[in-house]
Amino acid sequence: MTPDKPLHLKTFLMIAVMIIAGPLGNVLLGKGMKHIGDLTLWPPAELLHTALKIFASPSIWLGIASLITFFVAYMLVLSWADYSFVQPASSLAYGVVALLSYLMLGERVSPLRWAGIAVICLGVFVVGRTNPRTTEPA
Amino acid sequence: MRQLILFTLIVVAGTGGELCVSRAMKQVGEATSFHPVQIAKVILRALRLPWMWVGVGMMATAFFALLGALSMYNVSFVVPVTALSYVAGAFGGLAFLNERVSRQRWLGVLLVAIGVTLVFLGNR
Repeated sequence: MTPDKPLHLKTFLMIAVMIIAGPLGNVLLGKGMKHIGDLTLWPPAELLHTALKIFASPSIWLGIASLITFFVAYMLVLSWADYSFVQPASSLAYGVVALLSYLMLGERVSPLRWAGIAVICLGVFVVGRTNPRTTEPA
Repeated sequence: MRQLILFTLIVVAGTGGELCVSRAMKQVGEATSFHPVQIAKVILRALRLPWMWVGVGMMATAFFALLGALSMYNVSFVVPVTALSYVAGAFGGLAFLNERVSRQRWLGVLLVAIGVTLVFLGNR
């Protein structure tokens, strides 16, 4: 698919699902992990205890469910659209993740961090708008 | 040091995993319908491909590294830093896949690197 073609509705919908479900999943994982606190990984008994604590957290499971939703939408859209087309479209997710962590977790996002995130979105967009194929087809 | 190890795992295993999954899905072919049975069939077909499992394994490694990073740092710090995968992707494509990386693509990669640097500076 070339970037000049109009967005098909199913492509638009799947990318919208990706942009919301991905960041939401990360924010929920962050919420769950903050709640658990310090991770003890050694000795093995402590590692098991830590793993059990992680997988007993509802936020972690909601986050995983949200990331699975993201992953399925991503797999589906990649089956008909190019990686290098999906990539720039999904660059907005970096802005959404900052917005959600501010709204849902009360994280303080400094102006410098907002600026950095904006530059990252722009960079991801520019990366993806380039020629998707530079090698000969196998 | 701990920060460096975690972010390296997230970026390298995550990017490698995505490339493997993308390759597997191209083999599966286009999903033509959103009927649940069709979606299940596409997923089942994908799960039979070795590239899918290599990709999923790498993504799982990146996932646990992400959990570790999220337990220590803010979400709005960790996730933007993972955008370094675009930098890794450009160098990886150049080194391992013989891709020519265009000037515009380098510009995008440079912008991502500048953005991540700003996010790091904003974290102090």
